[in-house]
Amino acid sequence: MPQTSNALAQHDGPNVEISVSTRNVSKNYGNVEALKDLSLDFPRGQLTSLLGPSGCGKTTLLKIIAGLLSPDSGEIEVNGKTVTGPGPDRAFVFQDFALLPWASVIRNVAFGLELRGVAKSEREDIARKYILDVGLGGFENSYPHELSGGMRQRVGLARALSVDAQVLLMDEPFSAVDEQTRRKFQEDLLSLVQNESKTFVFVTHSIEEAVYVSDQIAILLPRPSRVSEIIRPSGFRHKGIDNIRRDSEYLDIVDRIWASLRSYVE
Amino acid sequence: MKIFGYQLPGMSSLILWGVLWEIVGRMGVTFFVPPLSEVLQTLYSIIGTPAFVKALSETAYAFFMGVTFSIVIGIPTGILMGKNRLLDELLLPWVNIFLSAPLTALVPVLMVLFGFGMKSIIITTILFAVWIIILNSRAGVMQINRSLVEMAHSFGASPMDAFIKIYFWAALPEILGGVRIGVIRAVKGVIIGQLLISIVGFGALFELYSSNFLMSHFWAVLIVLFGLAFTISEFLAYLERRVAYYAASR
Repeated sequence: MPQTSNALAQHDGPNVEISVSTRNVSKNYGNVEALKDLSLDFPRGQLTSLLGPSGCGKTTLLKIIAGLLSPDSGEIEVNGKTVTGPGPDRAFVFQDFALLPWASVIRNVAFGLELRGVAKSEREDIARKYILDVGLGGFENSYPHELSGGMRQRVGLARALSVDAQVLLMDEPFSAVDEQTRRKFQEDLLSLVQNESKTFVFVTHSIEEAVYVSDQIAILLPRPSRVSEIIRPSGFRHKGIDNIRRDSEYLDIVDRIWASLRSYVE
Repeated sequence: MKIFGYQLPGMSSLILWGVLWEIVGRMGVTFFVPPLSEVLQTLYSIIGTPAFVKALSETAYAFFMGVTFSIVIGIPTGILMGKNRLLDELLLPWVNIFLSAPLTALVPVLMVLFGFGMKSIIITTILFAVWIIILNSRAGVMQINRSLVEMAHSFGASPMDAFIKIYFWAALPEILGGVRIGVIRAVKGVIIGQLLISIVGFGALFELYSSNFLMSHFWAVLIVLFGLAFTISEFLAYLERRVAYYAASR
């Protein structure tokens, strides 16, 4: 596949370390080819968006990286180790938050550590730190139904951060929150990527969101899903969060992506 | 309900039915229905007698053993059926058959298999209670939010962890509903067992009073039984309401 080799050749320079790589991954659901021969590299410490029209298999790819689904062929490597299932090197942030409705915020945030057998006092100390980090201080003993959608996703984010995985997998994490909260989330995500030396894989269907937050955008096209293009915005990241949305490179990339996706939207 | 601006407490309508009972009783329409006041006096006089205490403890023992076994067997079976397609296909027809079967007809078979003692009564109670508990636990698990399961899996939950920390709690509102109906059915089971298998407990009292036409004694025991069943059922309904807040958001 020409676009695959093209995609692999596009890393900028030899100094970029690859954290996650997928090699010739295929996945079928019955007769439907969801992913075909898909290869993609995710540089360490950067945020890579998977962007594409609905049904392009971006969530499927994310779940395969998470080890929640197994590919029919091909393999996934995370930090040089082949993925056979979920592991402590990856943490998942869910679109619908996936919080335990019967558990308090602190237990939800500590739940990943609880499953790993960390002692209660230790895991609650860690959870408290991340609850503060995501801006939910004072809500430790609240329950999810008492929180707004945006606050719930902050709980989901704190849970993923508290297990201290190197790779954060985010499945349309901001799609279920309102527009203003989403903008705040996007800004917070940028500083998170800068401050934590983690690799982020970010699934979204919003072109603007992908261009705003990403170091690298992989455009997936559907039926069967393949990487059609990899875009690396470089010019506006350092200009500050307030100036990104009116930067000409930002606007050009948004237009270019829309032009290539337009024909796939029913 | 409000009458003349006063908020009536729950179940005030029982007072009306009690008055009606009293009137019908005093009119002497039939000796089957003595006045309520007479029934309550009888209740007061028999409630401390050794015969009544013995009947109560025998019935309570069979009832609680039956309900405990039903819960301990029913909830895990239901959860496993909800999780496992194969197990579900194997067991679901039987659960449905036994749920709707006339179980009273099976009691003679139980007597042959398990004898005439307490064991058969407890098993009868289980047979009345367990199926709805299985079915409700199964339904609770089947409507669980898939991403909760994926979440537990992605953070490395063992199957046992997922069972105890996710499936059980996610299905809890339905499980409690099933246990509540199961308990009501267990009351039926324990009395039928006591009447058909061996004449002990409240079953013996019913038999004794009705064959001697001691109708006020008969009604007194029945009121005690209804009261107990109602209290347990209301307690479980209270627990159900405690967890109902998250039933919609799983």
